[in-house]
Parts: sequence; C-alpha cells; structure tokens
Amino acid sequence: MIPELGQMALILALLLAAVQAVFPLLGAWRGSPALIRMARPAAAGQFVFVALAYAVLTHAFLVNDFSVAYVAQNSNLTLPWYYRLSAVWGAHSGSLLLWVMILNFWTLAVAIFSRRLPEVFAARVLGVMGLVSVGFLAFMVITSNPFLRLLPAPANGMDLNPVLQDPGLVIHPPMLYMGYVGFSVAFAFAIAALLGGALDDIWVRWARPWTNAAFGFLSAGIVMGSWWSYAELGWGGWWFWDPVENASFMPWLVGAALIHAQAVTEKRGGLRAWTLLLSIFAFSLSLLGTFLVRSGLLTSVHAFASDPRQGAYLLILLAIAIGGSLLLYALRAPKVVGGKPFALASRETLIVIGNLMFVVSGAMVLIGTLYPIIGDALHLGRVSIGPPYFGPLFIVMMAPIVLLLPFGPFARWGRADLREWKRVGIISALAAIFGGGLFAWAASGGMPTWQAWLGGISSAWVFAGVAQYAWMRWTTVRAGRRYPAELAGMLLGHFGVGVFLAGALLTNSLSVERDVRLAPGQSAQIGSYSYQFDGVIDVRGPNWIAHQGTVVVSQDGHKVAVLHPQKREYSGGIVQTKAAVSAGLFRDLYVALGEGLGTHGAWALRLYDKPFVRWVWLGGLFIALGGFVTLLDRRFRVRVRNAAPDADAGGEQTSTLRKLREADA
Amino acid sequence: MRPLRRRRIILVALILGAVALATSAMVYGLSQNMNYLFTPSQVLAGRASHYRSFRLGGMVVDGSIRHDQHSLLVDFTVTDGDHTMPVQYTGILPDLFRAGQAVIATGRMHDGVFVASEVLAKHDATYMPRELKQAMAQAHAKHHVELPAAEVTP
Repeated sequence: MIPELGQMALILALLLAAVQAVFPLLGAWRGSPALIRMARPAAAGQFVFVALAYAVLTHAFLVNDFSVAYVAQNSNLTLPWYYRLSAVWGAHSGSLLLWVMILNFWTLAVAIFSRRLPEVFAARVLGVMGLVSVGFLAFMVITSNPFLRLLPAPANGMDLNPVLQDPGLVIHPPMLYMGYVGFSVAFAFAIAALLGGALDDIWVRWARPWTNAAFGFLSAGIVMGSWWSYAELGWGGWWFWDPVENASFMPWLVGAALIHAQAVTEKRGGLRAWTLLLSIFAFSLSLLGTFLVRSGLLTSVHAFASDPRQGAYLLILLAIAIGGSLLLYALRAPKVVGGKPFALASRETLIVIGNLMFVVSGAMVLIGTLYPIIGDALHLGRVSIGPPYFGPLFIVMMAPIVLLLPFGPFARWGRADLREWKRVGIISALAAIFGGGLFAWAASGGMPTWQAWLGGISSAWVFAGVAQYAWMRWTTVRAGRRYPAELAGMLLGHFGVGVFLAGALLTNSLSVERDVRLAPGQSAQIGSYSYQFDGVIDVRGPNWIAHQGTVVVSQDGHKVAVLHPQKREYSGGIVQTKAAVSAGLFRDLYVALGEGLGTHGAWALRLYDKPFVRWVWLGGLFIALGGFVTLLDRRFRVRVRNAAPDADAGGEQTSTLRKLREADA
Repeated sequence: MRPLRRRRIILVALILGAVALATSAMVYGLSQNMNYLFTPSQVLAGRASHYRSFRLGGMVVDGSIRHDQHSLLVDFTVTDGDHTMPVQYTGILPDLFRAGQAVIATGRMHDGVFVASEVLAKHDATYMPRELKQAMAQAHAKHHVELPAAEVTP
C-alpha cells in the first residue's frame, strides 16, 4: 500500500502546484489579496506532499520493496544502505523526483524569506515557480511514475549501476540540482518583474542572493562531478567536454555572467534588459541540460539515467518555458531603459566585456554539444565533436576575462581612474612574470612547457590583482568595514579563479600517463617515481568481488605510497575499475588496473603522476564558497516592505566606497 | 549626447567584432574537429577516404581478440554484420570490452588496418550507442544478426 501513497502524494502535489501557479498569478493580475495570499500555503502544502513522495520512495529502497519496478531495477539485497539512499536518484524517474524535491526546497525558502517583499511581487515569484513545478510534476505523473508496480515482485532486484556506487555520486547530483534548479529563483524573479512591469532595479537586489547561492551550488556540483569522474571512471582526467558535462557547464557560464550583470543593474541601473535576458537564459540552459541528459538524445560516456520515450514531452516543456518567457521578454523588455551613463573606461565596460565572453563561450559549448544532434537530424552524417574543438576555443575566450580580472574591482562605476589601472597593471605584470614564472619553473622541475608557463603566469596575475585589492581595502578602510560579505565573496571567487588556472594548466601540462604491462615484482619508472607491481589477490566486498592489485610507489628508494587498485565485478555481473589514488596538495599518484594478461600473473596497469590536479577542484570550491559568503551581506536583507522602490537604494556601499576613494586621492 | 552616442557606437562595434571573431573561430574549430562515425561496410565502400581520422563502430567478433605477449598491443575485428575490419590498439581496453560488445574506436586507416587511438565501450551492459544502433540497423535487418546480448555473462 505504501508505494501507492507516494503516487497519491505526487498527484496531490501536482494539484497544489497548480493552485500555487494559477491563483497567486491571477490574484496579482486582478488585484485580489485573497488569491495572492494562497501562494504560501499552497507552496508549503506542495512541499509536504513532494517530501512525502520522496520519503516513500526512499523507504521502498531501504526495505527492499522489489514490487516497485524502479527499486527492482536499481537496487538489490546486497547493496549497502547508503547506496540504497542515493539509488533513489540513480535513474530516470527518481532523479526527476529529486529535481522536483529540490525545486520545492527553493520554493519553500523563497516563501519563507520573501515575507518582506511586496506581496504582489512575492505572489508572482511563487506563481512562476509553481508553473515550473506543474510542468515537472505532470511529467512525472503522466510519463515516468517511480512508484509503478512490478507484479509478481522479484525475489531480488537487479543492481544500481556500479558507476554510481561511489561516495562522489552520493553528493554530486543533489549539489548539481541545487544549482540547476536554483536558477529557477532568478528566473521567477525576472518573470515576476516582467509581468508586473515594475522594471526598476529593485527586484535585482532581491534576486541577487538567490542567484549567488545557486551559482555556489552549481560550482560545487560541477566540482563534485569532475572529482567523481576522475576517481571513478579510471581515466585520470578531470574534464572531458562530454555532452553531459557541457550540459551543466553552460548554465554555469551564463550564471557567471548573470551574477556580474546583476551587480551592474543593482548598483547602477544599467544593463536591465540584459540582466532579465540572462536570468531567462540561465534557467533555460538548466532546463536544456535536464532535457539533454534525460532524453537519451546524446551519446555520452555517462548518460545513464535516460529514457528516450520521455524526450518529446521534455522538449515540449522546454519550448513552452523558453518560448513563453522570451515572448514575455520581447513584449515587455523594450520599455526597460535607463541606468546611469558610463565611460568607456569603467567597471561597467569591464563587466560587459566579461559578460560577452561568458555568453559567447556558452554559445560555443552549446553549438559543439548540439551540432552532432542537429547534424544527425538533418542527415549530415554522424559526427562527434571532441575536446580539440572545445579546449583551445575556451582558452582563447576566457583569456580576456583573466586579463581584465585584476582591474575589475579597482575600476570605479561610471568612470575609472586610468592611473590606478596603470599601477595595478604594472604590479600584476611584475608579479606574473617573476612570481608566476618562478612558480611555473619550480613546479615543472625546471622545464616548463608553454602551458605550464601560462598556468604560472596567469594565476600569479590573478593572485596579484586580488591581493592588491585586499591590501587597498586593508589600508584605506577602517577595521570592521574592510571586507563586507559581498566583497569578501568576490575576492574569494576571484582567488578561486587563480587557483583553478594554476591547477588546470599545470596538471594538463605536467601530468605523465603510461599504460604498462607488468608481471609481479616488475616496476615502471614515471618521472622520479618508481611503481612496483606486487601482484593481484582476490577480495570480497558487500556486493562485489574484486581483483585487487598492490602497487608500491617509491621515490629515491623511499616508499611514498602503497596503492590498491581494484577491478570489481558487481553482483549484477558488471565489471568496474576502481582506481587507487594517493592524493596530495601538489601531486596525485594514480593507479588503475587494466586487464590480466597471460598466465604469469602479468597485468596491464595504467599509471599516472598528476601534479596540481587538486588545485582544479580547490579553485572550484573557492568559487563556490565565494558565492555562499556573499549571502551574509547585510545589504541583501530586505528591510522595506511594500515601500516604493528607491532608485538609488543600491548606492549605499558604492557611495561609501566613492567617499573613501576621494579621501584616498 | 554626441560623446555618449560615439561611445555606444564604439561599444557596439567592439561587440560585433568580438562576436564575428568568435563565430569564425567556432566554425573553423567545428570544421577541424568533426569526427564522423562509419561502419566497416562504409569504410570499405570508400566513404571514409576523405577523412584522416574518423570513428569506426561495430561489434567485436567472437574469438578475434589477440593480446601480444610482451606489450599492450591488442588486435581484434569488428563487424557490422555485412563486413569486417581489423583493428589494432595499444593500451588498456575499457572494462566492458569483450566479444559481442558494441564498441566505437577512434583512429585512422593504415594499410587496411584501423589503428585506434581510443576505444570506447559503454559503462552499461545493456547499452548500445544510439548512433551505432542506427548505422547497424540495415545490416541487422538484412542478415538477421542478433543484437548484442542484453546481459553480460562474467
């Protein structure tokens, strides 16, 4: 009976989502306070029932209720309990349930923290989020019900895809979805602003913390995914420009543009139409990402949770959401003009250039990802677009952003001080050439390639810019006001960019990878490390048996690490490589088992020496942290309720800063 | 408002220039990095002869996998049901690589042998690359070749 309860809960949630979507929007339009007041109770009710459905499905996994088809397909008796919890989102319908669940988290959060917003505006925001929820809940109820029965119930289930049986995969999807779905809040704010015609910049200030939070989650989610594919897939790479990765990366790129554009709109009133458009794009790309991954359209190395039959429905949903919001934008946005004028040399210009590069590189990724699908549909042949397309273009497109990054915080709104730019540029350049050069030289043992040079120099350039700005604040602002949360978050994020640059370019340039054939007792030399293979034994886990190798890594005769790579065979019969990694801040030593060769116990082994690979994720985590830290800023706490928007309300910090600068000059 | 208009024009020109540059870079990048997928029959019919590097898709023929005794060199044959093509690869094969499994190899032709730089098999036993499935559908229809077994026996 319990699974049917879950089904009932989903249907009730759908009805409540419809209530949350229709009545508040209607009320906001007709000016009916009674209808407007329905938004929050409906949102809360919807949350309760979605959570109930989610709990029911989790319960079915925990008690091994194989009469539920979804459980039977994705779990079995030997699966450890923690993987049974994460198996809930291990395939198509369950991951949709997680999507809706997280949408409800965000909706509930908006319902709680929007009490100080004008009621009409909050009602519109909640109404738009309700509409999104209706689309996805209807999708689940109609085409992909996770509570479908399988009768008679099998005695045991199949298995969770072994690739997903990894701690990284327990955290990665919820994080990523928090980011994806989090952009629905910025989207709902933008749509609410368009609907209401209240196109001043006040809504942007309310939307900013939500966008920053979503961006933080998305960054963390992408980092988790990258780390998982590194540790789990056994290829030792951290990014493959795989369509599924691209699907999460496109909203990130547009999101990065959006958080900067929002700052311009909030503080200067400029770029209003652009900010609205980016809010729509960021969420549209999240939807597109969901569609690409779920529809099975892509030939991807890890498109597992797909169901091609549902593709058509998702495509329609996508068309309605994107088409509808762009139509609304076309009807309303031209009325949005204004903002303070700015000179060519100003912070606004820098942000516009950065925005442009983010959006263009997002388009580049979009074209490269969709081209194979479109080409196939138009019978242009079956093609794949590989990393050689994405990699170099991405580096070229990000170069202006990295180049301008140190100047951004120093540039004043409206008109920047060119003498200040000159000073910042000279100091950063000196730091980049000497500090960065030394870094690259030392990191690569005296023989840097062009990529290592680039890594050292570009990261030092960014670090120097961040450090100079932090120093300027330290010396010119009195204690306690030096680093407001928004500014601290910006510095953390920019610092993360530097860490990422060093990690990405140094690891790509300095990594050594070798596939070797080793008999027990033999060893292979990689750089200064010697990898000795000590044979393979059989081990047994909860739901797998494995060949486990022993590899002793030593440097100059000293033992550095003992690694135990495994080749597991899961109870479902699927074979899965488990790489062994000895992680370090400056280098990872990485071993994966290939296959047994011949009768003398020889094995194929994949050996890596990967310097600085941790910095890639460390940088990403700093960026995520930066997003979260900005949430603490006092400015983002809405104080006025139903007050007339004040055109210069955002000027507080800017004007303090201006005064300080004037005092400084 | 003259100076403002001039600044706007400069800004718009910059944006258009950047977009034009980016577009041409993208088109060039695409044209350089498209990897077509062919089946052995299509390769033998000369369809792939214009491409230096391409992807070869097919099923690994039973009993065709031969490991070299002293290195990681491995030879195998792939089939689309109509024709076969010998493949040579040096390195570690993916976990799910085995006879009867659909694979996609990236590489180039060398003296009638496809020398692969990368071999992919899906991390899912029931998986068959969508594009490969379509490419092979004709051959299957013609020869009643069985689709790869849904369950992999250890």
